[in-house]
Amino acid sequence: MDFHAIETTTSATVPNMVDMALHAFRRFGFGRRGTEPLPDDPRLWLKAQLRAPDPLLGRPGPSMRNTALAAERFAQAQKSGAPLPGGFAGLFADEMTASLQYAVSTDLPFRERLVWFWANHFTVSARGGPWPFGLNGTYVFEAIRPHVTGRFADMVKAVMRHPAMLDYLDDTHSVGPDSPVGLSQHRSINENLARESLELHTIGIQSGYTQHDVTAYAAILTGRQMNTEGDQPGFVFRADMHEPGPQTVLGHSFPAGFAGSEDALEWIADHPATHHHIATQLVQHFVADSPPPPCVAKVETTLRDTHGDLTQAMLTIIDMDEAWQPLTKFRPPAEYIIAVQRALDLPFEPGRALLDATDDLGQPFRNPLLPNGWPDTAADWVAGEPLLKRADWAMTQASRPNAPSAEAVAAATLGDSCSPSTRQAIARCPTPAEALATLFASPEFLRR
Amino acid sequence: MHPSRRGFLLGSTAALTLGGASLSVHAAETDSRFVLIFLRGALDGLSVVEPYGDANLKLWRPNLLLPEPGKPKGLNDLGGFWGLHPALKTMHALYLANDLLPIQAVAGPDRSRSHFQGQDMMEIGAETRMTSGWLNRIAALLPANPNCDTAFTMASTSPLILHGPAPTTTWDPFHPRPHVSAGFYENIVAMHANDKLTGADLADGLRERRYIDRVLAGTSYNGVANGFPRLARAAARLLAAPDGPRLAELELGGWDTHSGQVPRLADALATLDAGVAVLRADLSDVWSKTAILVLTEFGRTVRVNGAAGTDHGTGTVAFLMGGAVAGGRVLVDWPGLAQGQLFEDRDLQPTLDIRAVAKGVIGPHFRLSPDNLATVFPGSEPVHAKSGLLKV
Repeated sequence: MDFHAIETTTSATVPNMVDMALHAFRRFGFGRRGTEPLPDDPRLWLKAQLRAPDPLLGRPGPSMRNTALAAERFAQAQKSGAPLPGGFAGLFADEMTASLQYAVSTDLPFRERLVWFWANHFTVSARGGPWPFGLNGTYVFEAIRPHVTGRFADMVKAVMRHPAMLDYLDDTHSVGPDSPVGLSQHRSINENLARESLELHTIGIQSGYTQHDVTAYAAILTGRQMNTEGDQPGFVFRADMHEPGPQTVLGHSFPAGFAGSEDALEWIADHPATHHHIATQLVQHFVADSPPPPCVAKVETTLRDTHGDLTQAMLTIIDMDEAWQPLTKFRPPAEYIIAVQRALDLPFEPGRALLDATDDLGQPFRNPLLPNGWPDTAADWVAGEPLLKRADWAMTQASRPNAPSAEAVAAATLGDSCSPSTRQAIARCPTPAEALATLFASPEFLRR
Repeated sequence: MHPSRRGFLLGSTAALTLGGASLSVHAAETDSRFVLIFLRGALDGLSVVEPYGDANLKLWRPNLLLPEPGKPKGLNDLGGFWGLHPALKTMHALYLANDLLPIQAVAGPDRSRSHFQGQDMMEIGAETRMTSGWLNRIAALLPANPNCDTAFTMASTSPLILHGPAPTTTWDPFHPRPHVSAGFYENIVAMHANDKLTGADLADGLRERRYIDRVLAGTSYNGVANGFPRLARAAARLLAAPDGPRLAELELGGWDTHSGQVPRLADALATLDAGVAVLRADLSDVWSKTAILVLTEFGRTVRVNGAAGTDHGTGTVAFLMGGAVAGGRVLVDWPGLAQGQLFEDRDLQPTLDIRAVAKGVIGPHFRLSPDNLATVFPGSEPVHAKSGLLKV
């Protein structure tokens, strides 16, 4: 099968509903789980997920209180000389494993893909220090998950007041130099969060902001602090650390104070450059590595007309023919791991097996090197040794008891998209496990 | 791995053009080794090669300074004005052996103070964006090796500096392998043979895996700390092989010291030094042919911030080391730290372009012509290669 040819062909064939349903599972979800029922209308199935409530939000989730308690236990043990508890490591492993397992088991995989996309867009990496590590699960639960089908500005505001982000990008170390605390303690601005918020989260580096904009925006973001103690740990606005006086960002003036800073976030989140930036990223993620400009323009227009309604943006993408070209996107390692688990449809392995797999295959979950998160194109992920490592891992998974046959998984997940060369390769394998691992290592299964 | 990896996005014509360039050039056979250690996160150069002789330093950052040379836990003196951070014990010994050249007040051409922009442009090695990196473009000028790619990184993912026309390797020496029948991987490679995106990469990857397995067989990591030092051991074993790769990229994080800089930097530097010690020991047979360049995306503010840390800046330090390097001195055109001497009233003013350093090393090291160097660093003609960086 010539995949390059597929990419350059435009709707030469009208796919049937079965192919479209399998494509919807792959492109917008994490692949089909076992032989779960095929939706009658794949577009309606996706649209319904945008409107369905997120079941995780209806029950208790990770909380800053839990993380703060773990920190407190650790500090007390240190003081008393008792054996030290695990700190945040156990908390992180448990919460991340639960997130990965949820992606395997959920009936709303499209919604979960949105959570993954936005958690990566607003990266808080576990390697960023104790709080970004210990609060990672809480951050995604509180700042990302509730807003993936809501207004982009609400997600920006939730992110920019979340202790995990404030600590990760050093805003908790930023003090207005002319604020009471700044004057008495000779402390000043830390512009890290301001710069990354403009560059990565909102208007993007192509928009042409200046050092002055960054400095002024950093002043606007002073006073955003975290309280780690007491019964209600979380965000706190410290007026005595906030830089007094109005600030001008991108030619627009905002008054001092928390309300003024929220106005600034609203304004930046709804800026035309922000619409263009996030439209480009969404199209790259759900349509093609090289985002077709007409597709970007459509999503950009939707975001502008609706002031950043993310459900409307996704409806625009679902309705694009370009989003329904099969197998044109390459699965990054973490998505690949989930796709294999869903195809296997077996009980979970004990412990942190899924989290370890993301480390092993080169995309440690919620732990990217830098605040720009994980890259999103095939070129970033295709290389010989990393693909051989996927085959290694696929073999360990295909060898599990009660694994389905390669033929069954090919039929369930790929249908007619399984190429003759892949079928031949499977047929050549001497054992059922190697046949299944070979399917998981096939050109088709590596794509979505 | 494959020439089309980056070109794929540009369309097949661009890929073929880039691939053609890599195939048409064959430099002389070389036995030189080059290691690039990328300190991601922006290293505060003033804390690592500290100008303790400049009286202005303590005005800007009194609580970041280490004791002067000769005092307990003090700097190691580098000739009366400069002090090397005491965590860099092996690197100080290399300095005394004339194998280490600290380079101060250096920067790439980018002035964004953004990690991503700064790292990308440092890896691209040009003033405008490209889709390939300069270490890859060196590899494209070197003779192809039938065993393995000329350049590799010891990591799970490939950095931008290794993307481009030449095939390069991403290697994780601690990745576990399953038990499979003979022919399992060959069958997978055959299945991908007609896939333009993955086919050639997988075939090259398997051939190379077999070779690297042979070279690294029996390597012991006893007594070597986890992380960077162990990766340095595996990298050195590969580089030391007579028929192995010649270019390696290693990376180390922990430098983005916006707060609590003094202890954080000491820890990170100790890890760097442990890795350097491993490289020095394991490359001993080829040490005279080795040059190692340590760099970071940019420096940090001269002033301490409100959290005993520093923010993103400009000029910083780089290191050259190896038996091939003319060390034992500090390479610097010192801009000073007085009010008015800082870049944009906040950063160390860079007085040397990192491309001048890189060109000055790789030119003589790999016997590359000025034309070759212009393909490695496009648009860098006004930036002249620094001379005298190597012993011969």
